[in-house]
Amino acid sequence: MHIEVRDLNKWFGQYHAVRDVNFSIETGQLIGLLGPSGGGKTSVLRMLAGLEYPDSGEILFHGKVMNDVPPQERGIGFVFQHYALFKHMTVYDNIAFGLTIQKWPKARIRARVAELLELTGLSGVEKRYPHQLSGGQRQRVAFARALAPEPQLLLLDEPFAAIDAKIRKELRSWLKSLIERVGITSIFVTHDQDEAIEVADEIMIIQQGTVEQKGTPWDIYKSPRTPFVAEFIGESTLLESIGQLKGFGQVPAQSNTKVLIRPEYIEVGQPGELKLASASENGIVKAMHFRGSEWMIEVAVGDLLLKTYRSLESPVLHIGETVQVLIHRVYVFDGDSHSVVENTLKEDPMPIMI
Amino acid sequence: MSTAPTTLTSKKSSTSSKILILITYSVFILLLIIPLVQIVIGAFNHGVQSLFQALLRPEALHAMWITLSVVVVVTLLNTLFGVLTAIMLVRGQWLSSRVRRFLNSMIDLPFAVSPVIGGFMIMLLLGPQTVMGAFFSDLGMPIVYAFPGMVLATLFVTFPLMIREIAPVLQEIGTQQEEAASMLGAYSWTTFWKVTWPSIRWGVTYGVVLTVARSLGEFGAVLVVSGNIMNKTQTMTTLVYQDVDNFNIAAANSVALVLAVCSITLLLVMEWAKRRKGVHTHAH
Repeated sequence: MHIEVRDLNKWFGQYHAVRDVNFSIETGQLIGLLGPSGGGKTSVLRMLAGLEYPDSGEILFHGKVMNDVPPQERGIGFVFQHYALFKHMTVYDNIAFGLTIQKWPKARIRARVAELLELTGLSGVEKRYPHQLSGGQRQRVAFARALAPEPQLLLLDEPFAAIDAKIRKELRSWLKSLIERVGITSIFVTHDQDEAIEVADEIMIIQQGTVEQKGTPWDIYKSPRTPFVAEFIGESTLLESIGQLKGFGQVPAQSNTKVLIRPEYIEVGQPGELKLASASENGIVKAMHFRGSEWMIEVAVGDLLLKTYRSLESPVLHIGETVQVLIHRVYVFDGDSHSVVENTLKEDPMPIMI
Repeated sequence: MSTAPTTLTSKKSSTSSKILILITYSVFILLLIIPLVQIVIGAFNHGVQSLFQALLRPEALHAMWITLSVVVVVTLLNTLFGVLTAIMLVRGQWLSSRVRRFLNSMIDLPFAVSPVIGGFMIMLLLGPQTVMGAFFSDLGMPIVYAFPGMVLATLFVTFPLMIREIAPVLQEIGTQQEEAASMLGAYSWTTFWKVTWPSIRWGVTYGVVLTVARSLGEFGAVLVVSGNIMNKTQTMTTLVYQDVDNFNIAAANSVALVLAVCSITLLLVMEWAKRRKGVHTHAH
C-alpha cells in the first residue's frame, strides 16, 4: 500500500505530540519509526491506524484521504505492544476473529487459520489460551491475528519490547523474513536502534514530534543530518570543539559548532602498534568494558573523554596505561550544515618512496 | 544469644493473636450466630404450623410479592445502568477528566448518605405536594407511596454496587483488546459482546448478587417512600418492623427467617461468583 502523510499534527491537551510530519512510503517497504520514548512515534502509528484522530493534516492510502475512514474499514493489521490477545479465546479463535467478523465461510476460515498457524510455527497450540503461551508465542499469535484478514498494511507498536533479549533476536530475523515472504507494507515502532537497523528497509528518526531524518540505515549512519540523529545511531561522543587535537586544527571552534566522533573512527594501540604515529595523540585508558565480542574502551585525551572499540585479538590494555589514539574522522555540525572532516595528518605531506 | 529474644517475642505475639482470635470469634458469635439461632428458634417456637400461618397471612404473601418485584426490577435496571455508567466513566473519552472525576465521586454518594435521607430526598422531589409528583399523579402513575417510588429508593441505595464491581475490571483490562477488535473490523456492539463482556461478566454476576442482597434487605429508604401501607406497599422488611411494633414476635420471626434463608443462599452464590471472578481481587 502506498502511504502518504501531509503536515500531520496532533495535540494532547497542551502537549504538541506530532508536529508537521510529512513522509511517503512505497508499497512493500518495511519501515522503522525510531526515536526516544515519548517522541510521538506511537501517535503517528495510531493515527495511521485510525485509533487517534489527527488535529490537522492528511493521511492518504493509494492517493485517497483516509482521515474520516474508521479503523474498521482501513484494512490495516495492527500488532499491539502487549499483543492485546483476547484472553478468553483460544489461539484458533484469536486468529479467526477478524475473519468471523468479515463473515468468511467456515471452511475458508479453517483453511486460512491453518495456513497462518503453519506460517508462524504455531501448529499444535491452536487450542491453548493466551495465558498458556510463552511471550514469543503470544507475539506470533498477535502477528497471525493481524495478518489473517489479508491487510494491505501492517503496523507494529514496539513488537519486541516485552520479550527477553535472546528470543528477541530470533524473532527479529523471523519477522523480517516473514514480512518479506508475505510482501506486505509494514511500519514498526521501536526505541531500539539495533532493532531498527537490523530489521528495517528504511528508518525514520522521530524526535519531539518531528521527523529528523528518513533513509536507509546505511544512509543515516553514513550521513546523519542533525547532531541528534548522529548521536542516536551508534555510541558517539559529542564534543564542543576539537581544534586542539592533532590533524583537526582546521576545524573552527564556534559557539554553535558541534563535533561528533563515532567509536569506530578511533583507533587505540600500545606505542608502536599504530602505523600513523605522527597523526596520533597520547591518551590514558580510563575504563574498559567487556562487550562479549569486543572491548569498549574509554580513553582520555587531554580533557576529552573518547569512546572506542578494540578487538579481542589485540593485546589487552590496562586502566591507567598510556596509549596512542588515532582519530580517523569526525562529523562537524555547524548550524544547519554538516560535514565529515578527515584527519589531515593521515595524508603524509611528504611521502617517502622506497 | 540472638534466638532467645526472638522466641520471646513470638511467644508474646502468639498469646496476643490468640486473644485477638478469641475476640473476633466472640463478636462473630454474639452479632451473627446468636441472633440467627434466635430467629430460627423464635420462628419454630409455636410449631411449624404457626410458622406457616404467619407466612400465609395475606399481608405476608403480598409483602413477599412486593419484595420480589422490587428486587427483580431494581436488579434489571441497576445492571443495565451500572454497566453503562461504568463504561462511560472508564472509557468515556468524550467527557473531560474533571467531569469524570466529579461523576466518580458522586457515584459513592449513596454509600455516604443514610438511606432514610435518600428516601426523604425522593419525597422532596416527587412527593404528592410537589410539581413533578402531581404531574405523575395526574398521569395515573403516582411515584411516592407507590411501587415506582420504592424502586427509585432501592435503586438509589444499590446504584454504586454494580459500578464499583465493573469499573476496576474495565480499568484493568485496558483498551487495547477493544482496539485490536476494531482494527480487525468489529464495530462497538460486536466488540462489546465478543471482547468486553466476557471479561466483565463475572464482575457483573457479583454485582447482581450484591444488588439482590441489598435490595432484599433495604429498609430505611423504602419505609420513607412507601409509607408502609399494608397489602399495598409493604415489603418483607417493613412487615417485620410492623409485626415487631405490634408485639407479634412469632410472625416477625417467621418472615425474618425467610429473609435470612435468602441471605444465606445469596452469600453462597456470592462466594461462588467471587471464585469464578478469578484474577480480580477486591479491596472491600
